[in-house]
Amino acid sequence: MAQKKFVVGCFDEEAVLFPAVKQVRAAGYKIKDVYTPFPVHGLDHALGMRETSIHTAGFIYGITGTTTAISAISWIFTKDWPLNIGGKPHFALPAWIPIIFELTVLFAAVGMVLTFLYLCQLAPGVKKHHFHKRATDDLFVMVIECTEKTNADDLKALLSANGAVETDVQVAEEEWWFGTYDKEELAGQVSM
Amino acid sequence: MASIKDQFEIPGTLKTWSYALIGIGGVALLYGMFTKGFSADEHEQVHFWGTLMYNTIFWTLVCNAAMFFLCFSTMAMAAWMQSFRRIAEAISTLVPVFGFITFAVLMYVVIGHKHHIYHWLDAEAVAKDPILKGKAGFLNPTFFIIWTTLAITLWSYFGYRMRQISREADVAPMDAATAHKFNIRSMWRAGFFLVWFGLTVASTIPWLWLMSIDAHWYSTMYSWYTFASTFVAGMALIALWIIYMKNKGYMELTNSEHLHDVAKFMFAFSIFWTYLWFSQYMLIWYANIPEETIYFKHRVQGPYKPIFFLNLIINFLAPLLILMKRSAKRNFTLVAFMAVLILFGHWIDFYQMVMGSLMKEHVELGWLDFGILGFFVGLMILLVARSLASKPLIAKHHPFLKESIIHQV
Repeated sequence: MAQKKFVVGCFDEEAVLFPAVKQVRAAGYKIKDVYTPFPVHGLDHALGMRETSIHTAGFIYGITGTTTAISAISWIFTKDWPLNIGGKPHFALPAWIPIIFELTVLFAAVGMVLTFLYLCQLAPGVKKHHFHKRATDDLFVMVIECTEKTNADDLKALLSANGAVETDVQVAEEEWWFGTYDKEELAGQVSM
Repeated sequence: MASIKDQFEIPGTLKTWSYALIGIGGVALLYGMFTKGFSADEHEQVHFWGTLMYNTIFWTLVCNAAMFFLCFSTMAMAAWMQSFRRIAEAISTLVPVFGFITFAVLMYVVIGHKHHIYHWLDAEAVAKDPILKGKAGFLNPTFFIIWTTLAITLWSYFGYRMRQISREADVAPMDAATAHKFNIRSMWRAGFFLVWFGLTVASTIPWLWLMSIDAHWYSTMYSWYTFASTFVAGMALIALWIIYMKNKGYMELTNSEHLHDVAKFMFAFSIFWTYLWFSQYMLIWYANIPEETIYFKHRVQGPYKPIFFLNLIINFLAPLLILMKRSAKRNFTLVAFMAVLILFGHWIDFYQMVMGSLMKEHVELGWLDFGILGFFVGLMILLVARSLASKPLIAKHHPFLKESIIHQV
């Protein structure tokens, strides 16, 4: 449980958001993330995020699937329970290729989904802090992580000067956080 | 836009190289033609005409694939390829040239009654053969000649119409209504090409030109397999020309974002090719019917074994492992290397498709093959460069150009 302090700035439009991201980064602040209602082209570059490694993970999962399939099938059909199927050799590689392919895809797909959920800290029973409820609707929400040196008021002023329509300071949980959403909070979300 | 270099000037080295290739290749071609092609020995004849056939068919279909790429992109209203569409157009201008060579060679084979290449030309053998008799409605000289003529003429014509409408985008800026009309007209022209492409390259033409060499044998995968082979080679050729032009300082509007998508096509269609390769192979292997397995006998167990597996390594394993990473697809050197490898790989694929059926006993891959390949490569380089130089490199007022400039993957 590590509570952290964040400064939140909300923007109406992409066109305002991009220069603001540039200004905030140039001023030396660390942007935790920008929550947008839809995928915004080029925002990941503007935020200076590093390339994801999930495809490398996917490759490793895929290779694991290939290896599992080849070793399992070849052991079963040549050592454990050899059967004569249509007079084909026991080691009948062409017939196995579809299954090897399927297992490769299955391992890669399931593995990548689970990795993605882990990286996003998503799981049943995990509570996520919502910085602004309209982030899923029509608002671009920039979240900046505060350090001991950060002056929240200066930062809020900087955000406002760069076109933020709303700014505030929130304390939120950064790590895995198991809990339930309380009823009022959910009700408030629905009524918005 | 004033600073864009949109007039290509052919560099001297390109001319030297292409003339040298055409010269050396032409000598090999003529020498082969007189010593083998016109010799009395049937084996020698088959060797020469078979070699010329697979080379000219390969290059015709590869250049035609460039126009296919333009047409389906137009149909999908794709914008990203607009910045380098003139390269694909320039490659497609070769269809009439290579198509004419193909036509001449095929006519020589069919009218010259070379039944050692096309067994179904032998009327006596067909009369005694129930299988060939059943195919006679399709596999006969009249239909072959008419369909070949139509195919090559209409590819050239519909391709020419597509290139013509692209030139309209050079003239003047378009307002919204004109641009809309322009798009609809482009799509009509692309549609004609695509329908004809489907009726020829994706079905009948590979049956007629290539599969009928094994007159008794057939595979439902064959045409798609040929199409996949030439399409991925066509994308590799486009990538190669993009990289060449970038190296010479042209095509400022084309960058690694565009190359990334072209390389994605190379990657994806290498896998598509493998999928069709395997679909064809596995069904025949599984059913194990002698009249079908005969096709693979001298390829998997005979003298073509090394080429058969080399084919799989170059065209499947190498693109799969090398082009998989995002950074690889954006790397000009690596994509250039892979493009050459893929072109060579599918050329080898055509080699084993044709020569594997014509000369079952031994592999004679040698000076004749590489000489004729050199002739076609030289001709391709020279004519594509000339076509590029003959018009602006950018369709300046194309309605989709801006979307292509800001393209991002």
